[in-house]
Amino acid sequence: MAEVLVLAERAKPRATCALLTVARRLGTPAAVLGGPADPAARALLGRFGAATIYSVTAPEVAAHPVAARVEMLGELARRRPAAILIASGRDGLEIAGRVAVRLDSGVLIDVVDVAAGPDGPVATQSVQGGAYEVESRVVRGVPILAVRTEHITVAPAPVTPTVSVVRVPFSDRVRAVRGRTVPGDLATAAVIVAGGRGVGSEAGFDLVRRLAAALDGVPAGSHAAAEQGWCPREMQVDQVGTIVHPSLYLALGISGSLRHRSGMHGAGTVVAIDRDPAAPIFQLSDLGAVGDVHEVVPELLAEIERRRAQPVIFVEE
Amino acid sequence: MRIVVLVKQVPSMDADLSFAPDHTLVRDDRPAALNAADSCAVDQALRIAVRRRDVQITAVTMGPPCAVAALRTALVLGADTAVHVRDEALHGSDALATSRVLAAAVARLGFDLVLCGSASADSGMSAVPAMVAERLGVPVLCFADHLVVRERKVEIHRDDGCGDRRVLSAAPPVVVSVTERCGEPRYPRYVSRLDARDKLISEWTLATLGIEPAEVGLAGSACVVRAATPRPGARRGVLAEGDPTSVAIRVADFLAERQFL
Ligand SMILES: Cc1cc2nc3c(=O)[nH]c(=O)nc-3n(C[C@H](O)[C@H](O)[C@H](O)COP(=O)(O)OP(=O)(O)OC[C@H]3O[C@@H](n4cnc5c(N)ncnc54)[C@H](O)[C@@H]3O)c2cc1C
Ligand SMILES: Nc1ncnc2c1ncn2[C@@H]1O[C@H](COP(=O)(O)O)[C@@H](O)[C@H]1O
Repeated sequence: MAEVLVLAERAKPRATCALLTVARRLGTPAAVLGGPADPAARALLGRFGAATIYSVTAPEVAAHPVAARVEMLGELARRRPAAILIASGRDGLEIAGRVAVRLDSGVLIDVVDVAAGPDGPVATQSVQGGAYEVESRVVRGVPILAVRTEHITVAPAPVTPTVSVVRVPFSDRVRAVRGRTVPGDLATAAVIVAGGRGVGSEAGFDLVRRLAAALDGVPAGSHAAAEQGWCPREMQVDQVGTIVHPSLYLALGISGSLRHRSGMHGAGTVVAIDRDPAAPIFQLSDLGAVGDVHEVVPELLAEIERRRAQPVIFVEE
Repeated sequence: MRIVVLVKQVPSMDADLSFAPDHTLVRDDRPAALNAADSCAVDQALRIAVRRRDVQITAVTMGPPCAVAALRTALVLGADTAVHVRDEALHGSDALATSRVLAAAVARLGFDLVLCGSASADSGMSAVPAMVAERLGVPVLCFADHLVVRERKVEIHRDDGCGDRRVLSAAPPVVVSVTERCGEPRYPRYVSRLDARDKLISEWTLATLGIEPAEVGLAGSACVVRAATPRPGARRGVLAEGDPTSVAIRVADFLAERQFL
């Protein structure tokens, strides 16, 4: 069976296992790993069916993660794999697009499911936030699939992987982009946890801060919370305060006035916790949790802590 | 400094999308607007232009005749000139083909900086900017929430969802894609509306760019769509009810599913 290249990421074990699960439907999975194939990596990748691990160790792999992975996949694609699978996400999309140009191969984005077809993989894509489902195929080159791995149920299929250390020539171009990190702020936050009148008090607002910290996000407040003085004005989300565009907006005790919605309707995913099932915020929520924030949020914090204590929970099929 | 801004006309999000029998999006005669992130890209170009005198901003679109509206908006927002790449053969182009055409147009114009939106609202692949950069052989900085352009260094800030922000930098020439977090585009002044009427919109075809029709469009695309099915009600509105513990677990499951945990 032909090899299917899976871009493995140490920092994203679940996504990597999901890609391997899907890859098994198309051929023999081979993990492409930046860094050494240490025992932990071998155990995890082997458990999900990686027959081969291509390990690339070079300083560029950590210092220039995206460009180095483009080179790695470009090099390994000479082995004519049946497909290349990459987890969606900012870096993943860039890598997928650039490898597609290198190989002059078709790339499918937002893939939520994959099946083997007579002429190669058939992908199901979720379009417009799930409003449409599109079935598509790559008809030229090595099919490159950027998979939304959250949609995949992972299932183990243990093998003992063969480790192959690969040398990739990294040219100067790989070092063109430099990176460093700085602390985040509200206007550009990817994860925002916001509290409204429903948090009840300045002390209650502490729940907002704690949940924000637990999700590596930034705390914020509705105008009601800011007016009550529970949070500073700089944390207010609406047209007067800050208009936000996070990937996740978690609203705690915010009814969702027009004023508030105008500041956050650009959010990718909206989750609201509110005790009133008829709160307008639920109309634009992907998940609406009906309950008292003072009861649900402490439970949620405990649940998050529990899950963090056992990092990867795999579903056995 | 030559700045090229790639702008795309997208169907208005108030109306549902509709697909033609060949599974391409119906774009004619439908309410449409300049992609929101692209108007931020034009605005960013202007912010660079107010700080220096030598900036030339060209807006480029590839699309059917009605896509000229995106260029008009870009000119009103402050672009100096515009290029419309239109050709019957382009219908149905995938991202690979789109990036081929856009890169050829950018190369023909010459550039120090290419600005794009980070994703378009219709298909939203977020891959075109990286693909254009790869073809041009220059670095790409994607998903800028904040952009700083200096003589020898272009720097972006972006939030990767881990609390901290990443700062990425590269030396121009470079391609940058910006998110709507960059800042709301400023409302154009009345005079710039009037001025825009006199600005030049050039029309280029595949022949202008030296691209064969067979390399683009439905014929030259490496991806084919076999079916498109609407999933009404798929998006919003799941309510979790019950005791606080089970509600909390539903929320945790949902966050884990979407990879926020
Ligand atoms: C539902 C659907 C799903 C699709 N899935 C795929 C797929 O999986 N693989 C594939 O190869 N193609 C796919 N396509 C086709 C693809 O969307 C088009 O090829 C499109 O031109 C690529 O751009 P985008 O809008 O997705 O780009 P994005 O990468 O989201 O666009 C980012 C930025 O690039 C610039 N840009 C993009 N297009 C243009 C343009 N025409 N003119 C000027 N600037 C532009 C803009 O600045 C824009 O903000 C799909 C199309 C639809 C309708
Ligand atoms: N303890 C609480 N837990 C959850 N939601 C609450 C609580 N108290 C009030 N709310 C909701 O908080 C929202 C406050 O909205 P507003 O007064 O418009 O800011 C309303 O929708 C209330 O139903």
